[in-house]
Amino acid sequence: MARALINVPKTARRGEIVEIRAMVAHSMETGYRMGPNGVNMPRDIIRRFVCAYDGEEVFAAELFPAMSANPFIAFTLVATTSGTISFAWTDDAGETQTASADITVS
Amino acid sequence: MDDPSRNQNLSFPIGRRQVLAAGLAGLVVVSLPRRVLARPSLEEAINTFTGGAEVLDGRVRLELPPLVENGNAVGITIAAESPMTAADHVRRIGVFNEKNPEANVVVFQLGPRCGRAEVSTRIRLATSQVVVAVAEMSDGSFWSSRASAIVTLAACIEDLS
Amino acid sequence: MRALWGLAGIAAALICGVVAAAGIEEGDKRSGFDFMTRETQALQADDTSNPGMLWVLQGEQLWRQPEGRANVACAGCHGDAAQSMRGVAARHPAFDEATGRPIDLAGRVNSCRASRQQAEPLAPESDELLALTSYVAHQSRGMPVTPAADPRLAPFRDNGRRLFQSRIGQLDLSCATCHDANWGKRLGGGVIPQAHPNGYPLYRLEWQTVGSLQRRLRNCMIGVRAEPFAFGAPESIDLELYLMERSRGLPVETPAVRP
Repeated sequence: MARALINVPKTARRGEIVEIRAMVAHSMETGYRMGPNGVNMPRDIIRRFVCAYDGEEVFAAELFPAMSANPFIAFTLVATTSGTISFAWTDDAGETQTASADITVS
Repeated sequence: MDDPSRNQNLSFPIGRRQVLAAGLAGLVVVSLPRRVLARPSLEEAINTFTGGAEVLDGRVRLELPPLVENGNAVGITIAAESPMTAADHVRRIGVFNEKNPEANVVVFQLGPRCGRAEVSTRIRLATSQVVVAVAEMSDGSFWSSRASAIVTLAACIEDLS
Repeated sequence: MRALWGLAGIAAALICGVVAAAGIEEGDKRSGFDFMTRETQALQADDTSNPGMLWVLQGEQLWRQPEGRANVACAGCHGDAAQSMRGVAARHPAFDEATGRPIDLAGRVNSCRASRQQAEPLAPESDELLALTSYVAHQSRGMPVTPAADPRLAPFRDNGRRLFQSRIGQLDLSCATCHDANWGKRLGGGVIPQAHPNGYPLYRLEWQTVGSLQRRLRNCMIGVRAEPFAFGAPESIDLELYLMERSRGLPVETPAVRP
């Protein structure tokens, strides 16, 4: 079950700069923490975040262990055309969680 | 992409004896993983990001709360002055820290379709330290901003190891 | 290192600490929210930035998902949680006829799973259990804590008060030593709050995840070097019953954020 919380305005005027917020459930285990048995817990983080607007990549991030658990990223986009804004988070194991939202531009 | 900070560890090997010797100065040091002691410096990490190019002060603003209640989630905002047009925009913003086990925090990739070069996120700070944001402009220039935070320690924590 | 600081802080509190029997004056009652920095308050206040909302969202999905051999969802019996679950968290723990004891929200979820859904119980602190209890408690957000008036709860609440005031562990501290007599003062780098349970399950920055009140109680007990209650222990529910009475009137904040 993808557990992501995204915030995209439903409507915008053409050319308007809108704020986008994206948060996903992930422990972002650093690899530096010790488990209860005294052994380091293996690293497991989201490495890459990509936001695409109608399929075209418009914003991305490369994440390191210093990003907080349940990573949160807020940024802006220009509302160009009505379409889908999609989000993808890919972790160390290569697994990708996705979410998307539609925006209507007038 | 591989973590550049890990590859560089190879050039600064620290032997177990040295670690143990350092432990005489303070018990705490012994408990740190070796990688912590061997991480690249803040400047080295920024150098890797810029490819050695000159980094100028200005055009970027890094907001970091000066006093942090818990280092596990520290809200930061980075804003760069840029028209964000096809001809003149921010390409990347890298965030680096001084004292975490790894120097890199995050690298954002932006473009003209962002409209504004402003990003907020939440980061981990292992202790009180300096954080630097570096913006790469489309003309190849690099601009930076630095801020420091005091991370306070809570008394009642779950993990007593 | 952090543990050493904690130990030093707690030891200092032990030396300075004088237990006032009176507890917190009515006008002084304050949610843990009020003791946090502006930044942490902002994290809780905005649903699009509050990480606890990830569990609420998951809980909403689980609410509608058929479970167990009965293949029935929570929604199958309870319908729209926004109506049926409104106020429920504000009056729990409540008296459970089946066991003749108070039961908390997590216990209620698992009891429902066993009797109605014929499903296995969810493990303590599992994401699923935290998600469902967060979702249910979230329906009471903003409502005042209003403990159930059932007289059958009284002896259990009294036991909770006794536990709250009993010194335990190698540090020989009671809950009251810190949270009645010394709230508002600093312990290590943090402020001692009044220990109100009005935001659970909550997202604790130290945990980097959502956790239950029982997990928090266990933390405190480990902190004073006492043997913590097991998850689901009757003592834990009794203590929660007293804590809810003590926080009567404070708004439910689930999912709260705490440092």
